[in-house]
Amino acid sequence: MDNNAIINTTDNSNWRELKSKLFLGIVILLSCITISPILLILYELISKGIKQINPDFFFKVAPDTLQAMTAVRNGEILPGGIANGISGTLLMVALAALIAIPVSIVIGIFLYENQGKKYANLIRTLTDILQGVPSVVLGLISYIWIVQGVTKGFSALAGSVALAIMMLPLIIRSTEETMKMLPISIKEAAAALGVPYHKIILKVMIPSGFSGLMTGILLSISRVIGETAPLMLTTLGSTAINLNIKKPTSAVPLQIWEFYNNPNMIDLVWSSSLFLLGFVLTLNIIAKRISLRYN
Amino acid sequence: MIAYGKDKSAVRDVTADIKRNAITAIMGPSGCGKSTLLRAINRMHELYPNIRTEGEIELNGESIYKMSTTKLRRKIGMVFQRPNPFPTMSIYENVIAGYDLNGSKLKKDQKDAIVESSLHDVGLFDEVKDSLNKKGNFLSGGQQQRLCIARALAFKPEVILMDEPTSALDPLSTAKIEDLLVELKNQYTIILVTHNMSQAARISDNAMFMYLGELVEYDKTKKMFTNPSDSRTEGYLTGKFG
Amino acid sequence: MKSEKITKLILLIASVIILLIFSGMAWSMVKGAIPAFGKFGFFGFIFSTEWNPTEDHEVYGAMPFIAGTLITSLLALIICFPLSFSTSLFIAEYFRKKRIAVVLGTLVDLLAGVPSIVYGLWGFYTIRPLIASLGFEGQGFGIFTSGLILAIMIIPYATSISNEIISMVPNELKEAAYSLGATRLEVITSVIIPNSRSGLVAGYILALGRALGETMAVTMLIGNANIIPKGLFSPGNSMASVIANQFGEADGLKLSALIAIGLLLFAVTALVNATGKMIIRKFA
Ligand SMILES: Nc1ncnc2c1ncn2[C@@H]1O[C@H](COP(=O)(O)OP(=O)(O)O)[C@@H](O)[C@H]1O
Ligand SMILES: [Mg+2]
Repeated sequence: MDNNAIINTTDNSNWRELKSKLFLGIVILLSCITISPILLILYELISKGIKQINPDFFFKVAPDTLQAMTAVRNGEILPGGIANGISGTLLMVALAALIAIPVSIVIGIFLYENQGKKYANLIRTLTDILQGVPSVVLGLISYIWIVQGVTKGFSALAGSVALAIMMLPLIIRSTEETMKMLPISIKEAAAALGVPYHKIILKVMIPSGFSGLMTGILLSISRVIGETAPLMLTTLGSTAINLNIKKPTSAVPLQIWEFYNNPNMIDLVWSSSLFLLGFVLTLNIIAKRISLRYN
Repeated sequence: MIAYGKDKSAVRDVTADIKRNAITAIMGPSGCGKSTLLRAINRMHELYPNIRTEGEIELNGESIYKMSTTKLRRKIGMVFQRPNPFPTMSIYENVIAGYDLNGSKLKKDQKDAIVESSLHDVGLFDEVKDSLNKKGNFLSGGQQQRLCIARALAFKPEVILMDEPTSALDPLSTAKIEDLLVELKNQYTIILVTHNMSQAARISDNAMFMYLGELVEYDKTKKMFTNPSDSRTEGYLTGKFG
Repeated sequence: MKSEKITKLILLIASVIILLIFSGMAWSMVKGAIPAFGKFGFFGFIFSTEWNPTEDHEVYGAMPFIAGTLITSLLALIICFPLSFSTSLFIAEYFRKKRIAVVLGTLVDLLAGVPSIVYGLWGFYTIRPLIASLGFEGQGFGIFTSGLILAIMIIPYATSISNEIISMVPNELKEAAYSLGATRLEVITSVIIPNSRSGLVAGYILALGRALGETMAVTMLIGNANIIPKGLFSPGNSMASVIANQFGEADGLKLSALIAIGLLLFAVTALVNATGKMIIRKFA
């Protein structure tokens, strides 16, 4: 045995320790860079948007260009608000949820009940792929199906369908994961009592997994609520409050886009973005709270 | 003293002189602090937060806290309870891993020599010589554990710490490893944690008995098994508890 | 027993909806794209670099947008990698389970909640002037600005997957390496990275999938020039963004060309995502 080889290996441990510490320094530095955008964005939205947040902002529709120009010229805050956008967003998201939630939960339970089967795996894979389809493509689809095919014009319904297709895979997978986490014994106990299958699902599984399902639903809503591109292709926007699902409708993100394209309305860009982000983050926090309590 | 968290002391008042080129067994019921003590010897416990230590451990009269952990761990190797060869490395790479991890630049023939002699030392060479470049996952548990011992030996450490190295193995593999340890003690100082009394009796020269974090008795193994001086040791050895 | 059969049937029928949506999407888009593919040929459309909507001279080619999408997305991936990988090491290795890691993780999660259009605004009003002040032409619009914003947008996806993968590396392997005298960096390079490689690759593939389809932020920053980008700071356009931008005034052949681009985008993202998911599933 060539013992010299071992004895002769030079001691470089100081240098190696130093390298290791340097690397940690780089990791910390890059991690700080990673989180700086969210802090900068929050700061920018709050500092520029807060002054425009007032009751009018929630209850009045957007000003027209003339009103906005006058206000800008006089150095006043912009009149009006985003009531047309808020109502449109609520309408479309509610409709999308109404379409997506029941279907997704049933499909999620199907996947859970058919673990390991070929056909279920196919459905699961397609669901995963659907989750990755860009939202603008779903806008195109909904345009072809609903705008061209059903409402013969831009409509809230078309927007809702695009959003609903976005929500489907999210709720399906979260339903399946929730069901998987329920102890099998719950199901077996019910089955042993002779409870019929559909009642086990409705009365045992869904209530037991309620908070898990709720989390998935809220997260999926928070994912679609800020979507702009698919709505540009389907609902177009509207300057008035519209609650007719067959008519063009505004939405908060659509309004942000309009304000952005109109130099006089720039102040409203910040307040609407602040509102939208606040809404999304609130939904996220509620969802996290529910899932924490559940675990 | 070694404590987890603020006031949960796991090991207290251990003073012992470990003999060179001998097998020292640490025995005791589970949870008594055997692993904690063992891991303090190569400062493995420092990997985890909230662990407080007091006291002094010396290697050849030099405080281990004065050395860098990297240097210390080259002098004090470790074998774990469950075999843990690196799954992404071949058998050859596993044996030489200590050098590669430490960035030592060895020539191919030096590496070959180290791998071969380390595997010879653990009696694994003939069994794996045709598959040195394969991943080790086809080996049996006992073979994997011997591979891990070879990995620790490759550095020619002065001390080898073993935390219940056979508790996850079948009796045949266990016997092989026990024979191996007896052979290895000519070159190395071995500290062996075991809760298997007969194992300690078979192969150790000296033995410690720990109870509730304290070192109750430390003596020649023969003496301890025939004539223990503490009633708690006697109780444990006669199976009253543990 | 009969009610059980009916319930199972209902579940099965619901699952068919996914098949219907999927095949319906493919069918509708292929049908909508046929006029464009028919006029310019499938490969002619893909490889042509000309985009001219002038009446009677209409020519549509997808290459500038394909190029723009690929370049901005790859750039985003390159920028994203060191940031998200470091963040994952911070959260799942160095400061694992410590409060600071939870805080960092929450902030990274917040990044995922910011709507695309808000990223666009922030990019437009904050990043673009910065880039413009570097002295490149084009007021800071272009490939680099879009790639940078895209990188920030995909960081949360890449990070959350790598977090999971890195924290799955067995502790005993790390301890084995430490017991051989390895430093923390050496444990990372020779134990953590090799043992999580395929999962990490999958994570970045899925992040790439997100970048490919991002629309609003890119639309607001890429410069909307229907050309193959000439350099890092050149303006360009992406597939998603040309659809959003030109859809309003589109009908006839132009609409068909946009649908064709949507179909290509659909195919590419489906492929990328299926690959990523497949690796993850094999790995886990
Ligand atoms: N990482 C840890 N954190 C907190 N307490 C621990 C930890 N590891 C071990 N302990 C506690 O320390 C005591 C000694 O444990 P250990 O050294 O593993 O015992 P043994 O190896 O003899 O079974 C036990 O009470 C155990 O619960
Ligand atoms: Mg132990």
